[in-house]
Amino acid sequence: MLILDPGAETAMNDHTESGYPREACGLLLGRFTAGTGMRRVAEARPAANLNLERAADRYELDPADFLRLEQEARAQQLEVVGVYHSHPDHPSRPSETDRLRAAEVWQDSESWSYLILEVASGRVASRRSWVLKQGVFAEEEIQILPFRP
Amino acid sequence: MPVTVRIPTPLRPLSHGRDSVQLAGATARQVLESLERECPGMSSRICDERGELRRFVNLFLNEEDVRQLNGLDSPVVDGDILSIVPAIAGGAPGFDRALLGTRD
Repeated sequence: MLILDPGAETAMNDHTESGYPREACGLLLGRFTAGTGMRRVAEARPAANLNLERAADRYELDPADFLRLEQEARAQQLEVVGVYHSHPDHPSRPSETDRLRAAEVWQDSESWSYLILEVASGRVASRRSWVLKQGVFAEEEIQILPFRP
Repeated sequence: MPVTVRIPTPLRPLSHGRDSVQLAGATARQVLESLERECPGMSSRICDERGELRRFVNLFLNEEDVRQLNGLDSPVVDGDILSIVPAIAGGAPGFDRALLGTRD
């Protein structure tokens, strides 16, 4: 389960809508409780999409932003618990490209959520979250609740 | 003071939940070899069968990508921080159809 702070939800909506019609991406900072499968997100932080040539239908999160945001998370006693990205005018389910790239990096990601926002005509139309299990995405429930450390 | 290796969240099951591990070594490669001894299975998530960094894994020595330095043979000194940084990427379904010729 992914529990999103309302502020993180707003930040993601603003970022992905302002980036439309390009794909936007960022990281989810929060806490993962091992054994529960529960990720609690305190903040959603934008990152640069390095794929400028195919920005309408592809993203590549800037590794330097990953490093910087991981350091910021650590300073706040948080950790990176997932990634979000938008699908401009496409459904909020993982593409085969999403799955292949995720599986190449991790076989499993119990501690890591892949949150996808469908942005249709410039507005967030749907939002679904996924966890990689043995190379296959499984959908997880999303709840909006204030983050409590 | 040894070298600190920062472990990204999804690989922490291999580091027994630790977010960083302190290890010895004179090069990034030697530190990763020490990491494998400390955390068996980690190496195959970071390096390919030739012992080089996997395509979608980056390794930063402090603030610099080791690919911009001397790769895994980059020298390290006590107090350095090696960060394992995944190359996170994907794409909308339209990209699949264009690239793979498949329906999504």
